[in-house]
Amino acid sequence: MPMRNVQRVINHLLALAVSLIMFIPVYLVLVNSLKSKAEAAAMGAGLPTVLHWENFATVIEKGKLVTAFGNSVLYAVGATLIGTTVAALAAYVLSRNRTRFNRAIYFFLIMGIAMPTNFVTLMKVMQMTQLINTQIGIILLYSAMSIPFSVFLIYAFIGTLPRELDEAAIIDGCSPIRLFFSVIYPLLTPVLVTAGVLNLLGIWNEFLLPLYYLNSSAYWPMTLAVYNFFGQFQADWSLVSADIVLTILPVIIIYLFAQRFILSGMTAGSVKG
Amino acid sequence: MRSRAYPFYFASGALALYLLFYVIPSIMGFYYAFTDWNSYTTEVNFIGLENFRVIFTSGASQNYMHFVRNTIVFTIATILLKTIIALGLAVLLTHGIHRLAYFHRVVMYLPAVLPMLVVSLVFKSILNPATGLLNTTLRSVGLDFMAQRWLVDVAWAMPSVIGVDTWRGVGYIMVILIAGLQAIPREYYEAAAIDGASGWASFRRITLPLLLPVLTVTTVLNLLYGLKVFDIVFVLTNGGPGRATDTVYTAIFDEFSKGRYGVATTLSTLLFLIMIVLGYFVIRLMHRDVEE
Repeated sequence: MPMRNVQRVINHLLALAVSLIMFIPVYLVLVNSLKSKAEAAAMGAGLPTVLHWENFATVIEKGKLVTAFGNSVLYAVGATLIGTTVAALAAYVLSRNRTRFNRAIYFFLIMGIAMPTNFVTLMKVMQMTQLINTQIGIILLYSAMSIPFSVFLIYAFIGTLPRELDEAAIIDGCSPIRLFFSVIYPLLTPVLVTAGVLNLLGIWNEFLLPLYYLNSSAYWPMTLAVYNFFGQFQADWSLVSADIVLTILPVIIIYLFAQRFILSGMTAGSVKG
Repeated sequence: MRSRAYPFYFASGALALYLLFYVIPSIMGFYYAFTDWNSYTTEVNFIGLENFRVIFTSGASQNYMHFVRNTIVFTIATILLKTIIALGLAVLLTHGIHRLAYFHRVVMYLPAVLPMLVVSLVFKSILNPATGLLNTTLRSVGLDFMAQRWLVDVAWAMPSVIGVDTWRGVGYIMVILIAGLQAIPREYYEAAAIDGASGWASFRRITLPLLLPVLTVTTVLNLLYGLKVFDIVFVLTNGGPGRATDTVYTAIFDEFSKGRYGVATTLSTLLFLIMIVLGYFVIRLMHRDVEE
């Protein structure tokens, strides 16, 4: 049937066109990061005539990106480890022992998914706890921000693990802590990877909390460094592009390797399975 | 027995962090909303409903209701655009094509994993009236009349911000809708085709009604996001030109940076009240499949 073939070709072209539009900004920063300052001035889509690899060296030095990269890794990894671990522990007892009280606590925790942050009074809390403008402060803050969604994801997953496992371990005289870490924890790997990757990317991309609570540029993560760099070098899109490429490269690599987990985590809870 | 095997202290870490950084600031917000807390003096005085009067009186130095209206316009427009485009794309990638469908899904979701800051910076250059890619492309194909002063023109700034946000968020909504579409049994479509139903008829009679619960969830997610929007406006326009694109959260940041903490916290607290009510419904919706 030729009509159906025509339709299929149109569908493929349409999908291709949309994908191209979605890819344009990444393409733009990639090509412009290798252009000279003059060539990149208009941030055009053309390919660079000469490849200016030195842009990356310039930007790493001028944008203090080594420190910023280290900070981003520290915040993202630190907060993801703390956040997902405490969320898994909480989700586990709340899901296994569903008393009225525990169910209320569970709802109370996942209300945070909707709750907006009051940045002004949060600043007061950060000052009172002396966590403002400290790295541990921002790590704890990010851990806290990740808890509601992580608890939600992990709670649902624990509901699918058979209780008999726990009972056998308890009869064998396993302590609660050993039961969790040697029996349950390994079984949680898929959901922990999903929650972990989502948190990692979310924290890597965030820049509002450092903007409010980190004054020292030595503590700035990549995003804030880019923002500041843009403020200083707005006229030089080749350098800004190189800075952006270095910031999004880890994100894109993680995304390509973990897209299965990301796409599944994003749909969890939205679709009745 | 149960409480021995599953001791409550396991939940204490999560609860402590959550209370300290979420709950306590929100509760403090209710107190400080009635004070003149600011960065100029250490004294904090109780001033009754003065902050609320400032916010709800349109004649005040800042027109706060204008920021609320901007937020609502942004939220409604992005909900509609994202839902309609995402639905079209989801149907295209589920029923329209099969080969490469997963590849396209991964590419279309990509904007959602990029930092909002980066997306906004790149679009700032794309939307540059003189040299930006959008206008140069439009001019090169002879569509000069469509080339606007996107982020600079008062009339075009908000639509531009909405457009960029739709570009960024549509893939996320599409991925959720695809999962919803895949949960609809194929037999329904086959039976409809045997009965001679057109593509449009089966979309209206099968797809839409069965997708309604998922569409509700995506709408609520978009709603929660829209009311809290900050980064994209902050970087693209910083609320300008004038204050044409200022939203509630950018207004809060503005008050905060001017040291007017009392008004900033009152705005936050009002938003908190609205979000908590909405949040209750979200949790109910998201919770359906957890309860067995």
